[in-house]
Amino acid sequence: MAMTPLEAHVRQQSRVAIIDLRGEINSLSEDTLQKAYAEAEAGNPETILLNFEGVDYINSTGIALIVSLLAKARASHRRLLAAGLSAHYVEIFEITRLADLMSVFSTEAQALQDVSAAAS
Amino acid sequence: MAVQGRNWSSFLRRRKRVERPAPSIIAPQSRPADTTELQIAPDDPIIAYFQHSSGAVDIEHLKLDSPALEAMRAASVRLVVPLVSQGELIGLLNLGPRLSQQEYSTDDRALLNNLATQTAPAVRVAQLVRQKQVEDQARERIDQELRVARHIQQTLLPKRLPQFPGWQLGAHYQPARAVGGDFYDFLELSDGRLGLVVGDVTDKGVPAALVMASTRSVLRAAASRLESPGVVLGRVNDLVHPDVPPNMFITCMYAILNPVNGNLVYANAGHDLPFHRHGSSVVELHARGMPLGLMPGMEYEENMTVLAPGDGVLFYSDGLVEAHNSRRQMFSFGRLQRLIAEHKETDAPLVPYLLHELERFTGPGWEQEDDITLVTLQRSEEVMAAGLARHEHDDKTSDTGRVLLTQFTIPSEAGNERIAMRQVADAVRQLELPPERVEKLKTAVAEATMNAMEHGNKFQPEVPVTVRVYASHAALSVGITDQGGAPPDMGARAQKPDIEAKLANLQTARGWGLFLIENMVDELHVTSGEHTHTVELVLKLTGGNDGDDPA
Repeated sequence: MAMTPLEAHVRQQSRVAIIDLRGEINSLSEDTLQKAYAEAEAGNPETILLNFEGVDYINSTGIALIVSLLAKARASHRRLLAAGLSAHYVEIFEITRLADLMSVFSTEAQALQDVSAAAS
Repeated sequence: MAVQGRNWSSFLRRRKRVERPAPSIIAPQSRPADTTELQIAPDDPIIAYFQHSSGAVDIEHLKLDSPALEAMRAASVRLVVPLVSQGELIGLLNLGPRLSQQEYSTDDRALLNNLATQTAPAVRVAQLVRQKQVEDQARERIDQELRVARHIQQTLLPKRLPQFPGWQLGAHYQPARAVGGDFYDFLELSDGRLGLVVGDVTDKGVPAALVMASTRSVLRAAASRLESPGVVLGRVNDLVHPDVPPNMFITCMYAILNPVNGNLVYANAGHDLPFHRHGSSVVELHARGMPLGLMPGMEYEENMTVLAPGDGVLFYSDGLVEAHNSRRQMFSFGRLQRLIAEHKETDAPLVPYLLHELERFTGPGWEQEDDITLVTLQRSEEVMAAGLARHEHDDKTSDTGRVLLTQFTIPSEAGNERIAMRQVADAVRQLELPPERVEKLKTAVAEATMNAMEHGNKFQPEVPVTVRVYASHAALSVGITDQGGAPPDMGARAQKPDIEAKLANLQTARGWGLFLIENMVDELHVTSGEHTHTVELVLKLTGGNDGDDPA
């Protein structure tokens, strides 16, 4: 069965870069994810928000890729946020403790609110 | 032999035995080589006249409304001596005027009559010999045609049966002497599915074989581009219609099997309905559609069924069901349906069983009237994996009433874990589990399948992963079996993933698979045989936890 390629689009906002993700996060997603992250980082934002709203499948390789993004964010002292995960993947983020190390929000709006609150 | 005529000639040519003789006359000319042949129509009254005349007939004074008589007179025939053998007019001796210009004498006539009496049987024998030669040549021509037709047909039939793990295919083609237009085909489609074709061209011999050959080619081309059997048949119909002679058409069944989940999608262009056996019930697979080649722009209904483990489907042509015995009874659809229901795969495969029953029905010395084609598709009975058997044996609460919800195999290719997720989710839908439990099961199934494909089967597409889903009132169990001996993801199991260690580069970022599985299900059992390795995922359905706590 052909895997659905991941699509990633970066939106730069003040203090935050948003990466909109669509499709599956699996072993084929590494390049897309790393390029999008590099693009997001280019504007030197304080925060990078991963918007998972269009993502319907994340496997263990996908989790590993997100861990590697988290490692990069921590190395450059950026906050990494997650929004738009389904309840199932929120639970997986909790089980893997990703949720302890990157704030997880239900929606992009809630995440951006948090970014504004942190800045003020 | 001396005849006192200027020229002489004879002979009637015989048409078909059923018709009255249609004599032709070779009219007298100056030299025998220049004789002109005159035809006598079968209804010409002169034939009856000659047949009953007692000897030579002087036609000059004959009064008959006969075109042949006019023709003879025009050709200067004076005397006609009928050659009659066993009461049948087989030829004429036609004589022109005597060279001496005198009339034929009584002696002449006696001599000619005598000659005719002796000649007639010899001419008759010669005619029969000639007739037999013509018939032999015609028969040889027909035999040659049949050899060509059979060659075309058999060249185009599949040389081997496709191999799919968990499935058995069978095919039998038995041409009648006249060679009908039966055909069957297997199409191994690029997405891993299998196309099955069984068809029959009306008519026989070379014309039917040629139409069969072109239909088969067009169908192969259409099937490789189009996914839906109904659309394929519609396209084939439009393409073959202009070339099919008006008195011919093609019936054709086209089905596509997904060997992973047993789904069989099919469409039918007026062909005999296949029989689907499930347990002891045998049903026809209905789908409406006109035969191919009758008229363009036809639409073909498409239906689907699921072949469970142990199920079988028989595709066939009318040569079987329309076979007659010596009492002119027909083998019939009803008999076929009953035989399929009674058949036990453990005794003999279905094809030899049916052929044996056909032989019993028709009796010895039966001349086959039409081609017989049988194609069988059989899904293997499930075999319980070692790990599943062990678990069931240990867990007394789930020992009884456990049913197989589904069983399927997946080629070991990256991404195919999505197939396993979807199939398992479909199979457990009837259990009406809370959606969050289904999501967890899907993740566990996907991770276990990925491990099986990658670590067990080394991503070799031809080595399948087998998935079996069982349910009892107490538990849902999913067995995922690969062909590797060692347990997958051993490294990850030995080292529990720690995200802090991973972020500090003390652990690889990967290694989450087994950890996720353990957290998604209530129990995880791993068993290895010599050649297989099975991971069994268990969700407790009554009295168990909801799977939230790590096992």
